[in-house]
Amino acid sequence: MDLIRTEEISKRYGNFVALDHISISVPKGSIFGLLGPNGAGKTTFIRIINQIIAPDHGTVLFNGEALKPQHTDKIGYLPEERGLYKKMKAGEQAIYLARLKGVPQHEAVSRLKYWFKKFDIQNWWDKKVEELSKGMQQKIQFIITILHRPELLIFDEPFSGFDPINVDLVKNEILRLKDEGASIIFSTHNMESVEQLCDNIALIHQSKVVLSGRVNEIKSQFSQNLFEIESPQHDINSIIPLLPQGIHYKNTESNTSMYKHYFKLDTNLGHNDLLKSLLPYMPIVGFHELLPSMHDIFVSTIQNGSLSENQI
Amino acid sequence: MTRVKKKTFVIMTILGPILIAALWIVPIYVSTLSQGMKTVEILDETGLFFDQFQSDEHIRFIPIFTDLETAKKGLIASGDDALVYIPRTELNVPVTAILYSTSQTGMDIKTVVRENLRKQVEALKLKAKNIDPEILTSIKTSIIINSIKIDKDGLEVKSSEEISLALGLLSGLIIYMLIFMFSSQVMRGVIEEKANRIVEVIVTSIKPFQLMMGKIIGVGLVGITQFVLWIVFTAAIIFGFQIAHPTFKQNVAQIENFTATAPASSAQSINMNEEITMDPNVFTQAFEGIQSVNIPLVLLTFIIFFLGGYLLYSALFAAIGAAVDNEADTQQFMLPVTIPLLITIILSGFVINNPQSQLAVWLSIIPFTSPVSMMMRIPFGVPVWQLILSIILLVATFIICTWIAGKIYRTGILLYGKKITWADVIKWISIK
Repeated sequence: MDLIRTEEISKRYGNFVALDHISISVPKGSIFGLLGPNGAGKTTFIRIINQIIAPDHGTVLFNGEALKPQHTDKIGYLPEERGLYKKMKAGEQAIYLARLKGVPQHEAVSRLKYWFKKFDIQNWWDKKVEELSKGMQQKIQFIITILHRPELLIFDEPFSGFDPINVDLVKNEILRLKDEGASIIFSTHNMESVEQLCDNIALIHQSKVVLSGRVNEIKSQFSQNLFEIESPQHDINSIIPLLPQGIHYKNTESNTSMYKHYFKLDTNLGHNDLLKSLLPYMPIVGFHELLPSMHDIFVSTIQNGSLSENQI
Repeated sequence: MTRVKKKTFVIMTILGPILIAALWIVPIYVSTLSQGMKTVEILDETGLFFDQFQSDEHIRFIPIFTDLETAKKGLIASGDDALVYIPRTELNVPVTAILYSTSQTGMDIKTVVRENLRKQVEALKLKAKNIDPEILTSIKTSIIINSIKIDKDGLEVKSSEEISLALGLLSGLIIYMLIFMFSSQVMRGVIEEKANRIVEVIVTSIKPFQLMMGKIIGVGLVGITQFVLWIVFTAAIIFGFQIAHPTFKQNVAQIENFTATAPASSAQSINMNEEITMDPNVFTQAFEGIQSVNIPLVLLTFIIFFLGGYLLYSALFAAIGAAVDNEADTQQFMLPVTIPLLITIILSGFVINNPQSQLAVWLSIIPFTSPVSMMMRIPFGVPVWQLILSIILLVATFIICTWIAGKIYRTGILLYGKKITWADVIKWISIK
């Protein structure tokens, strides 16, 4: 079941089309990557989900119901442009914002204590936000985002400003939240973290969804049938002429005592065909398909998209 | 909430009345302190004046009979405060005197010396012309005009132009100040939230319009609380001071006399005498004047027009705050919005002197100028229909403006780093 489902939503600002018939589904208990270059319309999309602005056309379904004001209490949003009241104390502020989301006072206090303890920042409670470093403020804001236990979490570049240790801390928290059943929309330019975290993605470019689906499916969709064979045998020139039609040898790389041989297969052949052909002639220690990284997919999709549009 | 807890609020709330009370008390208190006994030596070469100087509890006069040089040295040696030297002149009445002093004497010694000399010179002159001082006193007349307002029912009400004027000007200026102060606070609050980016988080919980209204109402309540506390504290401090210093009231009267005399006497005015002997009639008149003004009406309209004006302007200021990125950019939008208020202040002199003129009536009905202008007119009496029309227009405009401001606010708060023009703002208003 989908927690969020948008059907053909569009939004324009004057003559500028910010979103053009966007249909996206975020399954429950999954992490959904919202990708796209700057200015693609990601923020507009997030603001529509948050009911900060309304779409011109189309509907948004939350848990199967049309989006309504009460749903905001079930959403936690960590914006990219983030900030807190500088003069307010960290603890006080977190409780104030949690209460805005409908959490009772005592409940907010006990939950916040738990989180401050978990992140080992109890002594920040009575510090003014302006006295904390940027990374510390980010941590507080992360806690604020999840304090009201939302069913849907929206993180816009959650790792920016964190050191590697805190990136891991936050990453693990996000994964734990997912395990607890929360659905997460994750907007970022960091493709590496997309590969690590996301189950599904949608790539928005020039106000349209140009690519969407499960991460592994998209990867195989972009597969170029490129394989890596690891073997202690270096010289394979004698083998190449013996290979059947459709298997092309690319090159060989060496590291330490192993050699990596790359083969490209025609689309009608699978990896078993390659293995079958090679096994009689050489020892094979390692084998795997070379899937394109999300980074490559992102870049090639955006560039092809622009190219095709330019051609029209 | 957060605003009330802020240190600055607490400090200003406590400091404000102390400052205001201090403005009243300090000069009076200081003058009480400096009014210790002073000793003034009189060297009168003419021999006409020395016995005219009457010592009182503040100044003691000692006639001395030497030459000037010895007297000067004697002044330094004795440690007395001052030496008045009245030189002999060819004319039988001298008109100049020299005041030597070891320190800055202050106005009071000079004034007392001058008054004494003048009285004696006048008496001498009268004597020379054979005029009995008694006759002169009986001729002196002070004219009091009691103005009486006749209302429609033929009832006569004592009116006092001066009191209405003062009350009108005061309430007009206070309302102007308060509107400006609190509206700017709203604007700064909005800018702060926008600059902080916290607004992005908050609008996911509540609607931008609610946030804006919450801010306006919040600051308004804080403002009213502060204002009420000021009044209470100021009154308490002054009242408390009066109890602690029973001579305070007396001193107030003295100071008033003194300040009234000082500028005039320094301008060498001769006609001051009448004013110094303050007619008790003036007090009763002032009292009746205050009674003639409908105080509950003034208070009620003050609250209505303050609230109306504040809500109107704070909505506009909130919209400005939402449209800009920092306070420096507010200027281009501030000017057109504040012009109506500035106009009322510039024209306040005219309005207060011609409260029933067409211009004044229009200013007090047009919503953007009405809070200040109407308050200036109210003590003079305003027809009920004008008052009601003005209030209705104010409320209507405030509702429309809040609605428009809400639209600007909604779009503006989420837009960063862009220089906003008037064209943009108009576009935002038209966004659904």
